[in-house]
Amino acid sequence: MTAEEVVGRLRSGMTLGIGGWGSRRKPMALVRALLRSDLTDLTVVSYGGPDVGLLAAAGKIRKLVTAFATLDSVPLEPHFVAARQRGAFELVELDEAMMMWGLTAAVHRLPFMPIRAGIASDVMTVNPSLRTITSPYADREELVAVPALRLDAALVHLNRADAHGNGQYLGHDPYFDDLFCEAADTAYVSCERIVETSDLLKDAGPQTLLLKRAFVDGVVETPNGAHFTSCAPDHDRDEAFQRHYVAAARDPEAWREFTARFLSGDEDAYQAAVAAFHEEEA
Amino acid sequence: MSGTDTPTTAPAVTRAEYCVLACAEAWRDAGEVLASPMGTVPMIGARLARLTFAPDLLLTDGEALLMGDVPAVGAPPGVVEGWLPYRQHLALVATGRRHVMMGASQLDRHGNQNISCIGDWRRPTRQLLGVRGAPVNTLNNPTSYWVPRHSPRVFVERVDMVCGVGHDRAEAAGPSATRYHRLPGVITDLGVFDFETPDRVMRLRSLHPGVTVEQVREATGFPLAVPEEVPYTRDPTAEELRLIREEIDPRGLRDREVRA
Repeated sequence: MTAEEVVGRLRSGMTLGIGGWGSRRKPMALVRALLRSDLTDLTVVSYGGPDVGLLAAAGKIRKLVTAFATLDSVPLEPHFVAARQRGAFELVELDEAMMMWGLTAAVHRLPFMPIRAGIASDVMTVNPSLRTITSPYADREELVAVPALRLDAALVHLNRADAHGNGQYLGHDPYFDDLFCEAADTAYVSCERIVETSDLLKDAGPQTLLLKRAFVDGVVETPNGAHFTSCAPDHDRDEAFQRHYVAAARDPEAWREFTARFLSGDEDAYQAAVAAFHEEEA
Repeated sequence: MSGTDTPTTAPAVTRAEYCVLACAEAWRDAGEVLASPMGTVPMIGARLARLTFAPDLLLTDGEALLMGDVPAVGAPPGVVEGWLPYRQHLALVATGRRHVMMGASQLDRHGNQNISCIGDWRRPTRQLLGVRGAPVNTLNNPTSYWVPRHSPRVFVERVDMVCGVGHDRAEAAGPSATRYHRLPGVITDLGVFDFETPDRVMRLRSLHPGVTVEQVREATGFPLAVPEEVPYTRDPTAEELRLIREEIDPRGLRDREVRA
């Protein structure tokens, strides 16, 4: 499929899970395709990075479910910060482990999972719908019942996949991309390269096969598709470009220029503009 | 004096080096647990502890690898002894076999910590990181704090959002919250603090040499518990100084986080 075809299967108002973590292996080419679409009113579930920032800046998020938004080497995501300070979307702010447990509950088709995290913190007060549950055993412990984070669709980016949706990560961390896909009614994976199934294990062990085709509905080949986030070992984070993004995001005029230069054409135009940016910087 | 091997030209111990040492001390007697330092000075401190008095500590490369050796800050490990991707890291928190040292944008006298936002949560005046893993950390494993610039803006009467749980909030919530809750200490550029008072409020434990009690009081936005006798943070040994300066942080990154 193409990124446009993926977005063509999504609808405004959907709950969308986005894989990766912070500024690491985000499905940025799919996010850029979302930016080009007229989809809006989205509920986004993400360990937030520039995916959240770009969608927030474009006004596409109605509700965000996250524990943070960061660019890693730059601690604060500037568009997320600005959007929060102007009250641009509803926020469900959960602890990192609560997020994992909420996705896990959805994968297991359970209504909730119990977790100690959250008790006594303001996560409980800013999310008044969160409930606790008392252990039925002798300990009688009171724990948070994290509701299942069921998704209409998941978008993730991996290093390799075959055309059927068997997805492979080659870096050090799978993040939570399998949970996102299994918690979703439909899941789409973009990858650096689509390979023959028989080639998946040529240079890597079977434990790198993170996604099973039964949980993937579409595969898109998007070389450099996590840019400017990291996608080790295929490409590192583009720190120079990320700094440029941050500087532009902090100034409305600079952001208009950034949008005109990088986000007004298709993915090929984006990648060409990024290459030109680096030639200028060199 | 007959001793000739004491170098008289060695530069004096800097404030950043006292901070590194104080951070390292947080992991003394921690045993075979994961040390999770957040910030440059705690990272140098954890590596110093591992190289000296806490050799059983587990350390990560900041991403998904457990380091079998102790490289300089910023350098990759030469030996990898294990794998700890985020999902395992979050699970490890729940086992309690970890002592994390987090940052704090705000911290109150009971040890409640905020890294989420400043102002009204519904529409903050300053959005920060978000709650991150502070709730799960504080209820599951020992959590210390590192504040590189001690000021009344950080040490406030009440935090705007409780991310890391303090003693008063944990006690009010009951046994599920208090069962594994432990806040061993707070280290700042001015001194070391703990909560070892009858009502579990923040207390001055030691001053870094050159700092006065008055200075600390002025930089703290709530009344601080101060014992009659306040010791100074201990001096590093010659070997500790060598490790900090030559092995762990030869580029002097510690001085970027703590002013001289």
